[in-house]
Amino acid sequence: MSSVDMIEKAVQSERTSFRQAAKDMDSLTRRPEQRETVGEVRVEDPRVRCNDVNVYYGEKHAVMGVNLDIGRNEVIAMIGPSGCGKSTFLRCLNRMNDTIVGCRVTGQIFMDDQDINASGIDVVPLRAMVGMVFQKPNPFPKSIWENVAFGPRIHGLAHNKAELEEMVVTSLQRAGLWEEVKDRLEQPGTGLSGGQQQRLCIARTIAVGPEVILMDEPCSALDPIATAVIEDLIDELRGHYSIVIVTHSMQQAARVSQRTAYFHLGNLIEVGETTQIFTNPVHKLTEDYITGRFG
Amino acid sequence: MQTSMLIVVLLILSSIAFYLGRRRAFAVARGRARNLHSLPSYYGYYVALWCGLPALLVAGLWFSAEDAIITRMLVDNLPPEVRSLEPGRVDLVLNDIHNLVNGNITSREPDAAMLAAADHYRQLRATSHAALSVVALALAIVAGTFSLTRIRPEHRARNAVERIVMALLIACSSIAILTTVGIVLSVLFESLRFFQTISLFEFLFSPQWSPQTALRADQVGSSGAFGAVPLFAGTLLISFIAMAVAVPIGLLSAIYLSEYAGRRLRASVKPLLEILAGVPTVVYGFFAALVVAPMIRDAGLSLGLDVASESALAAGLVMGIMIIPFVSSLSDDVINAVPQSLRDGAYGLGATRSETVRKVILPAALPGIVGGILLAASRAIGETMIVVMAAGMAANLTANPLEAVTTVTVQIVTLLTGDQEFDSPKTLAAFALGLVLFVVTLLLNIFALHIVRKYREQYE
Amino acid sequence: MNSQKPTRDGADGMDSRRTIEIVRAGLRRRQAAEKRFRLYGLLAILLGLVFLSVLFVSIVGNGYSAFAQTYVRLPVYFDAAVIDPEGTRDPETLGSADYAGLVKASLREMFPAVTERGERRALYGIISNGAGFELRDRVLGDPALIGTRQDVWLVADDEIDMLVKGRVDRTLPELDRRVKDDQIGWVDRLDAEGRVEKRFNTNFFLAGDSRDPELAGIRGALVGSLYTLLLTLALSFPIGVAAAVYLEEFAPRNRITDLIEVNINNLAAVPSIVFGLLGLAVFINFFGIPRSSPLVGALVLTLLVLPTIIIASRAALKSVPPSIREAALGVGASPMQTVIYHVLPLAMPGMLTGTIIGMAHALGETAPLLMIGMVAFIVSIPAGVFDPATVLPVQIFLWADSPERAFVEKTSAAIAVLLAFLILMNAVAVILRKRFERRW
Repeated sequence: MSSVDMIEKAVQSERTSFRQAAKDMDSLTRRPEQRETVGEVRVEDPRVRCNDVNVYYGEKHAVMGVNLDIGRNEVIAMIGPSGCGKSTFLRCLNRMNDTIVGCRVTGQIFMDDQDINASGIDVVPLRAMVGMVFQKPNPFPKSIWENVAFGPRIHGLAHNKAELEEMVVTSLQRAGLWEEVKDRLEQPGTGLSGGQQQRLCIARTIAVGPEVILMDEPCSALDPIATAVIEDLIDELRGHYSIVIVTHSMQQAARVSQRTAYFHLGNLIEVGETTQIFTNPVHKLTEDYITGRFG
Repeated sequence: MQTSMLIVVLLILSSIAFYLGRRRAFAVARGRARNLHSLPSYYGYYVALWCGLPALLVAGLWFSAEDAIITRMLVDNLPPEVRSLEPGRVDLVLNDIHNLVNGNITSREPDAAMLAAADHYRQLRATSHAALSVVALALAIVAGTFSLTRIRPEHRARNAVERIVMALLIACSSIAILTTVGIVLSVLFESLRFFQTISLFEFLFSPQWSPQTALRADQVGSSGAFGAVPLFAGTLLISFIAMAVAVPIGLLSAIYLSEYAGRRLRASVKPLLEILAGVPTVVYGFFAALVVAPMIRDAGLSLGLDVASESALAAGLVMGIMIIPFVSSLSDDVINAVPQSLRDGAYGLGATRSETVRKVILPAALPGIVGGILLAASRAIGETMIVVMAAGMAANLTANPLEAVTTVTVQIVTLLTGDQEFDSPKTLAAFALGLVLFVVTLLLNIFALHIVRKYREQYE
Repeated sequence: MNSQKPTRDGADGMDSRRTIEIVRAGLRRRQAAEKRFRLYGLLAILLGLVFLSVLFVSIVGNGYSAFAQTYVRLPVYFDAAVIDPEGTRDPETLGSADYAGLVKASLREMFPAVTERGERRALYGIISNGAGFELRDRVLGDPALIGTRQDVWLVADDEIDMLVKGRVDRTLPELDRRVKDDQIGWVDRLDAEGRVEKRFNTNFFLAGDSRDPELAGIRGALVGSLYTLLLTLALSFPIGVAAAVYLEEFAPRNRITDLIEVNINNLAAVPSIVFGLLGLAVFINFFGIPRSSPLVGALVLTLLVLPTIIIASRAALKSVPPSIREAALGVGASPMQTVIYHVLPLAMPGMLTGTIIGMAHALGETAPLLMIGMVAFIVSIPAGVFDPATVLPVQIFLWADSPERAFVEKTSAAIAVLLAFLILMNAVAVILRKRFERRW
């Protein structure tokens, strides 16, 4: 066999595998349809209740008719392959999607019998009630102390310096960062390690006194040790807050959450107790994802 | 031979050399380009470069030295009574001879000696040009022929050509340095001569500026004082007014455009504001003198204020308008460099947009904005046409924006565009002012660019 | 981990019930602050746009009328006794005759009642000083005119031009105007007879500078600008591109290239007038290049715009993806060949855009050219790059300095022409960028 033939053959096989890949892509990007959710989406006395939430980015229908309750003092994990709409859904809960041009959210999201997705709602008190921790730690380029005091300051929560001081200290303690930074509160928050920065962001969030904390893949930028510290922290914070965490890691979801929601192509496919989802998934797609067939 | 003609002939010779070189390359390769080290056209370029470059280089050197040499020869041949004059007067005579040769108006009726000198000058120049033509063409032919004989199949023509091209590229890049060196040397030399007559201390700290040297002893107001303090004060006053206009407007509009405006508004307003940066400064000067200054004077009159017709306020205001787009586009860059994650962090805590801007984005962007403002200030200090046309000539030492003040740049223009006396302190003073201007703006720029770069690195 | 666990209802200030109450209470104040801040931003933009429109409106409002020029139709008797007393038709005799006298005679004929000397001078003042030259050119073009009587349209004086264009306030006391009551009366009579007309001012585009506003034109300045700009382009584009190519593609990272880079960035911010000082000291005093010539102007402007072109060209080179270079090097091209045949063509639109913007900058630049003597009063149209010349922005500066009321409109019109060129150049740059914009 001449070298030319070999090259030709290689190109040919490349081509077929490329065709296969294109086909796969096609099935993934095909305009998806709305599906029924498997499992119990409602809980008793929910903190947040979502009815038929849809998100559109221009033409793209990113989240389709999601119904879901978030209970009090529970950690609920959202899992699913990337681009499945879990982060987008999360950002509906404190209206962070407002900041994205061309993004439209429909449906109702109730907190305290009030639809927070209604047009007249001011996002300022909402975001004070629903805090958020982002994928990449994003401390402000200010001192550690100023970072934590930022929220109480803008909302005017403290009446005097002593109260503010107390809020900062308590928040840092709750975020488990106090012991590490108590001697260097004046140093810039950006000088901390990645895991410390993320805990600083958590402290900054809880300093405002929210009821719900949204976490958008909070550990994806961290090493395993820092991740373990944050996961412990999430478990402790559960006593005070409802926590919604989006994660890529199924292990993490299994470790920290009580309930788990599985998203696929903008649909909420299945919701249930975390143990049930990971040991005995009902939906075929959930099972495929859990067993690592894609994702 | 005319200069342009010489250059054209050299170019033609070079293109002939290109063909000869290529043909010879084919010849030595016995018609097969494969036998050659490089592509045939590289042999052509090789010969063409050898033919053209040295000759052009010689011509360039010749032209830059020609004038000085001819002038020297001319001076040696002038009548003794002219040569015995003081240097300044000789220069004047030479200037008149130049004018005669070029057919311009001379400062006085030319006498026979001058006409003879002019003829002599013309003659010398013609001889020089003829000699140059012969030398340049001979060089081109010799160098071209020599390089032609060096062509062999194994000759590395491409490498040689690339080396020459690389040298040209390096030469072009070094022009930036040469420019700076040229600026420094030209202002420094003349300034040093200035400081031989006027002390540096007087120049920098004396509050008296009146550069007209007295021709007669009884002349009024011509003390020949060279204390530049009123000029510095005037420059600072006008620049300060300009910054007071430009910084708030530029910064606020940048904030609005990057944080509030929709894409459509941004796309239409930004280029409109940038038109302000493209308007020539002479237009602003006319605008200031024709529209703004009378407007301010009328407004002042209706308030019972006495406003000078060339008030610092008018010049500063218009200069501020000119600088608005400068401040706004620099601030816009800096604000956009603040990562979105910081905004998200603030919004996520429930901050409103203005709180996010004031408490997170602006503090984070502050170094960059300060750098931008310093760059804008350096531009205001060096701006010339607006102040020449709308600010005064009188060197008043005042902080009142309604009075007329003068600036460093105005004085440079005034000193150098009037009737010039060679080597008088008056002319040299312009260079001393230029030196101050260059040093101050250079320091501002280096400092500002340093800050801006540090800032960019922080978020990269 | 911290073992301390504050209780949910502890009085630590982070209780969410308390939070929401405080936040709600402060909401109105914060919303007001937000609105205020937004308003400031909007006002700033509005102010900028207002400045822009006032600038343009005042320029156009002052300048549009300069594109028309007032002409007066006079019956002129081409008196052979004045023009060619000996009847030789010798062009030299014809050229040196007293044509201004013919105009005066014609005016005297039209207004026989005006006899007093001062009045007569005012009467002659209606017609431009250049009218005689107009008649001379006609006679030289057609000697058969001699001895005939023709109706000729002659350029009116600038003050009369202003009067006809309605820029003279007739209600002012006579002492406060340059145009006197008598002249107004005469012009009104001529107007009533249909002898006054406004025509397109071709002179404005075809004539050189003049001390008389009605005769002044921008052709000399336009030609000077053209020479200067072409030469600047011819010098700065190759040098700028070569420097950018070296710095971006070949230069080793060392002290010297760092120095060059810092240098270029700083030169871009050096006041333009300093470049004028450089030109005066180096090009004129040291190298002896003729003063006021487009050549020396172009050299100064080249140094002035080089940093802009180099910076833009480097950005354009940077935007060409490395994969292009790798592909060319991979098939055996030398680094130089790679750059010349593959990278440069792709970067060319960006470089051209930068160059056009640099040229627009050079076209509007004034201050350094004042230093090198392009500010001289030059009537003739320059014929080459060594001739004394002026450029459009300097012409604007010169006219703006002139006291005559009529120069205000000339200046504004010249500015309008300059702005038109600048807008055109920038539009070309924008189109070029849009057209060749490539996303890799």
